[in-house]
Amino acid sequence: MTLPSGVFQESYAKDMAVLRTKTQWVLLLAFLLLLFTIPLYATPRVLTLSTFIGISVISVLGLNILTGYCGQISLGHAGFMAVGGYVAAVLAAKLGWPFWATLPCAGLSAGLVGIIFGLPSLKIKGFYLIMATVAAQFIIIWLILQFRGITGGTDGISVPRPEIFGFVIKSKSSYFLLVLIIACLATYFTKNLVRTRVGRAFIAIRDNDLAAEVMGVNLLRYKLLAFFIGCVYAGVAGALLVNYFAFADTQMFPFSDSIWYLGMLIVGGMGSTTGAIFGAVSLKLLDEAMTIGGPALAAAFPAIAAQAAASLSLIMRGLIIIIFLIFEPRGLVHRWELVKTYFRRWPFAF
Amino acid sequence: MTFFLQLVITGFGLGMVYALIAIGFVIILKCSKAFNIAQGQFVMIGGYLGYTFLITFHLPVWAAILAAIGVAIVLGALIERLTLRPLIGQSALAIIMMTIAMGTVLEGIATLIWGGEYKTYHGVLPTITLKLGELSIPPETLIGIIVAIIVVVILMVLFRYAKIGLAMRATAEDEQVVQSAGIKVTTIYAISWMIACSVGVISGIILGGVSGVMVSMSEVGMKAFAVVLLGGIDSIGGAIVAGIMLGILENVAAGYLDPLLPSGGGLANVFPFIVIIIVLTLKPHGLFGLTRIERI
Repeated sequence: MTLPSGVFQESYAKDMAVLRTKTQWVLLLAFLLLLFTIPLYATPRVLTLSTFIGISVISVLGLNILTGYCGQISLGHAGFMAVGGYVAAVLAAKLGWPFWATLPCAGLSAGLVGIIFGLPSLKIKGFYLIMATVAAQFIIIWLILQFRGITGGTDGISVPRPEIFGFVIKSKSSYFLLVLIIACLATYFTKNLVRTRVGRAFIAIRDNDLAAEVMGVNLLRYKLLAFFIGCVYAGVAGALLVNYFAFADTQMFPFSDSIWYLGMLIVGGMGSTTGAIFGAVSLKLLDEAMTIGGPALAAAFPAIAAQAAASLSLIMRGLIIIIFLIFEPRGLVHRWELVKTYFRRWPFAF
Repeated sequence: MTFFLQLVITGFGLGMVYALIAIGFVIILKCSKAFNIAQGQFVMIGGYLGYTFLITFHLPVWAAILAAIGVAIVLGALIERLTLRPLIGQSALAIIMMTIAMGTVLEGIATLIWGGEYKTYHGVLPTITLKLGELSIPPETLIGIIVAIIVVVILMVLFRYAKIGLAMRATAEDEQVVQSAGIKVTTIYAISWMIACSVGVISGIILGGVSGVMVSMSEVGMKAFAVVLLGGIDSIGGAIVAGIMLGILENVAAGYLDPLLPSGGGLANVFPFIVIIIVLTLKPHGLFGLTRIERI
């Protein structure tokens, strides 16, 4: 087990708790304190990066519920983010809704669109479902471009700055705190969701959906629920992204991002909340390293300068997924557990 | 009426190419049970190879195609050995993600080598224009149809008479029996990747002649998936029929509906996805696919 020796639980509630020792509480609080004080000492660039990491964490947590726990692979996550982003943008820009109202609406609408595209999931799985979600991504983006009058088509749409109860979120640090709070709530919700009846039903469906059905899990209901919850996360993440730029554009939700979110899940470790966070953070940092490293590489090899930066990002993205699939299919979270176990048992190896 | 027939004919040529791309996908799927999302990237590589051999090296068309096939065989073997073989026995998701990642790497490599710019070799392929009354068959369409038919015939002969083709069909049927008969399954996997890669590259050369080459050309792979799903995922004949159907439907739909749509339409690009959703909702196993019966 993952507990140090000598810890005994005296009640069932204690035994089920996520945090079971004082050390865990102290570490968690210290970590949260560290996160919430980032704006005090971070440079603007780091702050921007942290905001994007936060948004990705929310999005990947949703994908983790859908793919990691329920086993319904989605390659249309950026498309669902686009739904949320555009709903938030249109409600705020055209109807003048306040931020606290647009955010839930963005989540709900993305969730409903997710249900529509999740409907085939009852009959199909694996590759078929992947193609259905890929289709979702491209159809959503195409529809957004077609409804020019509402969404602005290829020109995009400007969004006013978010405002919560009279407090306008203008600075980078306040926006970061907003994203951080939502990310923390999302993590808390996910961590607990997967321990409930619903979460266990998801896991049963992932492991063997026919067996789950025989046991009495209503497949249609739970698969659609997984699509709904996963896409609500995506919608919220999309709305946050759009509000950060104060602008919505279909270019912000490319298909390559859908692949990349699944890549984050693989690198982090599927079916684990910690894994989703690990994946989002590490691959966003890798992205940042490539934006810094690309021009440096171009300067080092002037012969291929123009292509180097663009191709480096593609090759690195592909290679990192390939490497993890071959050498560490269980993701970073598995490594993390090994390291933790090593230190807990130190100096013994067992 | 002439407009309609013209759309049908160009659609037919396009459909043959889609069918060709889809065949590559089906071959890999049947032999090694791997869903190859990177088939579109093979096409893109093929287009660039066509540009290199036709424009840079001034090779004649047949030599360019042969040279491109040579490169494709090496590429297919490398891909199978380096990325797919370590994953034998892993889950379907792992294999699908692997092919997606491999496709991304291929796009990166193509950007690195060819600069990711738009290249065209329009007019290098021989120009034979056929006139049927008022209809004209564009040369690229004609070449597409001819090459596609040749490739399909070669593949049919291969699968029916050649020893290796028979071994591949047997592998598709039952791997364990094949192994006990002394056929090395990993070799069969490698050969299926080589063939799929070659077929993809050939269709890339044809498509490149029609519409030019760029990195985003790999999106044509998505159309191939629509073809595969429509025709039934494990049926080569289905892929051909569905490819032609989709090519014609897409061309006709785009030709008539695009002027009616706001934002300039672009229906041809989403059409395959609409087909995918309809097929998956109504008939998930396609027109000619085997229905899977599952047990716990």
